[in-house]
Amino acid sequence: MRVAVDLDLCQGHGVCESEAPTVFELAKREKVAILDGTPPEETRPGVEAAVRYCPTSALRIVEEE
Amino acid sequence: MTTALDHKQPPRVSGGEEENGHLDELRVDPIALLNRVRSECGDVGVFRLAQRDVVLMTGAGANEFFFRAPEEVLDQAEAYPFMTPVFGEGVVFDAPPERRREMLHNQALRDKFMRGHAATIAEEVALMVSGWADQGQIDLLDWFAELTIYTSSACLIGKRFRGELDKRFAELYHDLEQGTDAIAYVDPYAPIESFRRRDAARAGLVQLVEGIMERRAQAPPSDEEERDLLDVLMSITNEDGSPRFLADEVTGMFISMMFAGHHTTSGTAAWTLIELLRHPDELAAVDRELVDLYADGAEVSYQALREMPRLESAIKEALRLHPPLILLLRVAKEDLEVDGFAVQAGQMVGTSPSVSNRIPEDFPDADEFQPSRYLEPRQEDRTNPWTWIPFGAGRHRCVGAAFAMMQLKAIFSVLLSDWEFELAQPSDTYRNDHSKMVVQLQQPCVVRYRRRPVAESAADARGAR
Repeated sequence: MRVAVDLDLCQGHGVCESEAPTVFELAKREKVAILDGTPPEETRPGVEAAVRYCPTSALRIVEEE
Repeated sequence: MTTALDHKQPPRVSGGEEENGHLDELRVDPIALLNRVRSECGDVGVFRLAQRDVVLMTGAGANEFFFRAPEEVLDQAEAYPFMTPVFGEGVVFDAPPERRREMLHNQALRDKFMRGHAATIAEEVALMVSGWADQGQIDLLDWFAELTIYTSSACLIGKRFRGELDKRFAELYHDLEQGTDAIAYVDPYAPIESFRRRDAARAGLVQLVEGIMERRAQAPPSDEEERDLLDVLMSITNEDGSPRFLADEVTGMFISMMFAGHHTTSGTAAWTLIELLRHPDELAAVDRELVDLYADGAEVSYQALREMPRLESAIKEALRLHPPLILLLRVAKEDLEVDGFAVQAGQMVGTSPSVSNRIPEDFPDADEFQPSRYLEPRQEDRTNPWTWIPFGAGRHRCVGAAFAMMQLKAIFSVLLSDWEFELAQPSDTYRNDHSKMVVQLQQPCVVRYRRRPVAESAADARGAR
């Protein structure tokens, strides 16, 4: 899986960081930084929760062939 | 190269022949005006507000353009002249609006603060109902407006400051909100009663804050932990040792910090309750959900941050039908093209949650209260990101949206577990007052409350009737 973010929409709430800290990081005053754009399968539950609970719907999972 | 001149002018809506264009209609029946722009002109149409054209956009495509535009293209600061006298003329902020929003966000609205806020809100609701008899009635506008003064001051400024406020602060704040007549587009200081009350209310708030600051100066907090934002502001000095922020400026900052989250949350709480009382089946579903979720003794501070699908859907549906902001405005800073139409620099550009939230192609049975539209698989808020817009969308989406949803979930978690409500007036007499830019419930808007029998669970009590 690949993780994509729409930075027009990100407001830096940090929900994704709480859900999947190895994949997302929020520095102070910043928008999200994706630490691992193609995270391992075992992080999927956290990444899916991040996508689902993102307050601005800025995250997506793109499934790769 | 194309210029704005190559594109055709957007159509203009009927009416508005008077000197101030559609201003009077906007002050009497704004929703009818906004709907007429869409029905006569389509996704892009123009009405006239005093000396300026407003290019109103509705529908997913035009809305996406509106919400994605950066501040340099569509500017917010100039678009709301009625707010300047509320925050205070001459109050110099250290930072532009964008930076202030970001500061508020980082200080108080990040995910990591939410659990503490949820506990605070639950305490404030409990405190408000502790004065209730076993049965009685409340005016929804007065009651929720007072509650949300306490919750927003406690969460955004600090519990110590909250402890120094009483009903007077809420009443003055209400007068400020009522001082947002659209006449401000002609003259923000026009000699009308609501503007006089607005200015007196602001002066009254400065006086209250000044008194609080004087008492704090006499007795500074002994415990570092108790320091709140006001203590921090009071500790900042100029080079000569004099205080950097005086009461007037501090009050202006607090008014602006609390403004966006106050009437909006208060109104949404009231409308959620009204709509649930109008739809007993939906209320029963919410009651059952609360009983189930809290059966194992979960804390509100835990649960309000987690999924409560029935309650959340009811809140979302109240927001869709009764969005607290009915018209969002910007000023175009350059010539633009939208859907083949020209927008000129200097024109105002707007979008309307009231209109977009009820577009029938996106929201079947658009005028009906149907919380199930948010449940799987419909999820109409997520499938319509540019037309389900009670919180706006895109880069300017309300930064307090997550806080607001948590707050509303916490409020109803407490209220509905111990109390039953019923409408105290005919259902269709609950409506909004649109005479001001800040939309509020029209009074009277009374409901009756009654303490739930202790032995019975919420769902049992309801089912037994």
